[in-house]
Amino acid sequence: MASGETQTSTDQQRRWLHIRKLLERSGPFCHPDFEPSPEILDFIMESCKILIVGAGGLGCELLKDLALLGFRKLHIVDMDTIELSNLNRQFLFRKNDIGLSKAKCAVEFVNKRVPGCEAIAHHCAIQDLDEGFYRQFHIVVCGLDSIVARRWLNGMLMSLLQYNDDRSLDQSSVIPLVDGGTEGFKGNARVILPGMSACIECTLDLYPPQKTFPLCTIANTPRLPEHCIEYVKVIQWAKENPWGSNIALDGDDPQHVAWVFEKAQDRAMKHGISNVTYRLTQGVLKNIIPAVASTNAAIAACCASEVFKLATSCCTSMNNYMVMNMADGVYTYTFNAEKRPDCVACSNSTRVVEIEPQATLQSIYDKLCEDPAYLMKSPGITTVINGRNKTLYMSSIKSIEERTRDNLKKKLTELGLFNGADILVADVTTPNTVTIKLKFAEYQDVEMTR
Amino acid sequence: MASPSPKSPEQSEKTKQYDRQLRLWGDHGQFALENGHICLVNATVLGTEVLKSIVLPGVGAITIVDDKIVTDEDIGSNFFLECSSKGLNRGSEALRLLLELNPAVQGNAVQEPPDQILKENPDFFKSFTVVIATSLGEKTIQDLAQHLWDVNVPLILCRSVGFLGSFRIQMKEHAVIETHPDNEQTDLRLDVPFHALSEYLDSFDIDTLDLKDHGHIPWIVIIYKAVQKWRVNNPHWPMSRKEKNEIKGIIQDFIRKDENGVPINEENFEEAIRAVNTALMPTFLPAKSQELLYCSAATNITKESTPFWIMCAALRGFVESEGKGNLPVKGVLPDMTASTDHYIKLQNLYRTQASMDAEIVYRKVQQIVAQLHCENISEADVKLFCRHAHDLHLISGSSIVSEYQLTSSVASYIARHLEEPDVMMVHYILMRASEIFQSEHCRAPGDWEPEGDIAKLKTCVTKLLSDVSCSPFPKDDHVHEMCRYGGAEIHSVSAFLGGCVAHEAIKIVTKQYKPVNNTFIYDAGSTNTATFTF
Repeated sequence: MASGETQTSTDQQRRWLHIRKLLERSGPFCHPDFEPSPEILDFIMESCKILIVGAGGLGCELLKDLALLGFRKLHIVDMDTIELSNLNRQFLFRKNDIGLSKAKCAVEFVNKRVPGCEAIAHHCAIQDLDEGFYRQFHIVVCGLDSIVARRWLNGMLMSLLQYNDDRSLDQSSVIPLVDGGTEGFKGNARVILPGMSACIECTLDLYPPQKTFPLCTIANTPRLPEHCIEYVKVIQWAKENPWGSNIALDGDDPQHVAWVFEKAQDRAMKHGISNVTYRLTQGVLKNIIPAVASTNAAIAACCASEVFKLATSCCTSMNNYMVMNMADGVYTYTFNAEKRPDCVACSNSTRVVEIEPQATLQSIYDKLCEDPAYLMKSPGITTVINGRNKTLYMSSIKSIEERTRDNLKKKLTELGLFNGADILVADVTTPNTVTIKLKFAEYQDVEMTR
Repeated sequence: MASPSPKSPEQSEKTKQYDRQLRLWGDHGQFALENGHICLVNATVLGTEVLKSIVLPGVGAITIVDDKIVTDEDIGSNFFLECSSKGLNRGSEALRLLLELNPAVQGNAVQEPPDQILKENPDFFKSFTVVIATSLGEKTIQDLAQHLWDVNVPLILCRSVGFLGSFRIQMKEHAVIETHPDNEQTDLRLDVPFHALSEYLDSFDIDTLDLKDHGHIPWIVIIYKAVQKWRVNNPHWPMSRKEKNEIKGIIQDFIRKDENGVPINEENFEEAIRAVNTALMPTFLPAKSQELLYCSAATNITKESTPFWIMCAALRGFVESEGKGNLPVKGVLPDMTASTDHYIKLQNLYRTQASMDAEIVYRKVQQIVAQLHCENISEADVKLFCRHAHDLHLISGSSIVSEYQLTSSVASYIARHLEEPDVMMVHYILMRASEIFQSEHCRAPGDWEPEGDIAKLKTCVTKLLSDVSCSPFPKDDHVHEMCRYGGAEIHSVSAFLGGCVAHEAIKIVTKQYKPVNNTFIYDAGSTNTATFTF
């Protein structure tokens, strides 16, 4: 028995020889806090808890990379199930796995391949997990394709921050976030130290604006094949209801796609427009982002290296944002994205919005959706008047929307809002309510501290 | 309710599986990939990570050359080995686990050292589309590189040590027709309109159109009219910033006013003002195209010339005669606010001209092919070539042997970057010096313990630096760091390089997108990369 254990332990020592060299030896480029020791490997293996968000193209790579860097206490969360079109890059899945949970399948594979790895799967949405869940991790690494989900996760980690009485940041509440993203042959990776360096909300302008087609072009003056497909999707489907009035267009239903494809072809033919193809139809309907194994491998690996550096201090972290383009050679550029001093998510200060007292609630609503500092999707706005909560506008629940719709046309003062009043804004892009202080434009000298 | 039955065919299983990548390189790129055969020498972490991202997208076949036996360290860092692999041949085990990723891929494992193959059966390497090699000694690198240079098979040589990594691509010549530029230049010919275009542009009278039609004139027409108006008083084409601003002023004046004299919001005119700077770029033969069309491979066509060079020769013929100094029309119209009729008419004008130009080039290709009795080139290929004639890309490679022997041009190139000083070139020197160390001491620097090897590695570095006429590094920090690594291969560093190398191999096989020319250095410590051309 005893000799068996010794055997295992020397095997173990040999197995991790590569990373032990980095962790048990000092070097001139280490983080100043680094003290080489075998205990670092113990920490990685026994204590360090990492959350991987997303078990897709990046998530599969991250799980493998981190398991082979010695991490064992890995959690991975993803609500999706496996589809055939995932298999060109999500290498932990096979055809037999189609329809199963991505998180569970990925974990099962890696735990089997890498002995000692104790990864745990969460087959659910990130929004289903609470603060207590997120607080248990040392580092969170994120490989999502949705900007909204990324912003929500960012907001969650920011909400875990705690401040001391002198308003300085309590360092022990900081959970670093490593974030990766890819699109075709391009990608980016970044390291976020919540409350200390630029967060997702600080740099919203780095995301490209969503491509949309004006309705009048689609309806009246189509020029591109995309216009024809959008027309069928937005107008013709609702008009003809080919599968009955309650059936919404489903981009994953091949019969639906085929119907749209044919109708879009008819429309294109009528207007002399060419190149409506099945592939394009599918791409427009599902807003498909091209993806390939190699780009995902590179970006995920870069994120994994940063997790390793953060967990071990064996090298200084990336500072703090890398963009990569693999279309023309392989090009990368690393720069320091700057923290916004008034960031709604990470600044521990109340955002002030300057506005005309004559302005309507609609103008605030529009500002929250269009201002590059907010870019919200469907903000719900409430306030507190005389100690009571009052919903000013909320579109997410139909009955409340109908009841509050008229408020949009009203002036702020008519709604009981005043200079220095706080409005509370809820949106899918954040797990928390954002407090915004109104500053009426003519009151220049009002005291604005909280 | 009966569901309507669609007439269009279902996509095949394969098209669905590869959908996300077909949007990047198309069905023809996939076809090329499926006919590719990649050889890997040494199934290290880096090696298997490369193959992973080549097997997943569906390469035709892979062959692994590896005579090593799997150790505990291999299992600890290589995902494509498992505990039961210990003691077995590394290449065969890796192959087995790699092929699980994609049943469409064929695979072989050869359990011989590469030196032996080079000696006994050098033709072995001839049949591969690309050879990828990792973890080779200096001598084998040079022998393999020389052989592959001679038989004209692309080689990607890669390394991963500690936080550093690199790859070097060796190809004699690599021509890319579909480069997929991020910002493709428009080709509108407003300064030299072809007959059908000028006829169409002249048919507009923007002053007399009613307001609705006025808001639907494509900006190409608007800019053309503005330039015509400007040229009443100016004989030349507007070039300077001042002249372009004058054109913008004229366009501004075109915008209709309401009853109070306030300009109406007309999107097409706003677009025209924004487009002035690019649309007024005169049509010319880009210097890069000029160089390509008049290089000796394009001017001395023989029976052995590749289709690319034959098409270049035909293209030169077009430029010199029918093209009046210019390349064939691209035939691509950017999107712009316009009525459907105007836009489609204009688009068809450009497409028709492009097709006519390509037809002329095709006839010239046929003439050359007939004269030389070489293999025919399809019309579709010539059309594709003409469509991308503005962005053709040629890499004329250099041999790894000349790099290793530090010929005078290589030496001065390295010296120049070291003097800058470029830390990425320092990394290159350290990796080369480690290879020298390895061949002298039969182990990686710092393999046992770092401090003792610092002086020895420094000797290798200094020797290399003196060969390129550079003075020794003032500090030992990079030498020390390399000894700290002790030859360790860090999984995430290899995974990063693996993704990049797979990507470059796919570019080479599909002949799409521009590969790295020719050396890539990665420092995971500082998250920096650099490209050098040896």
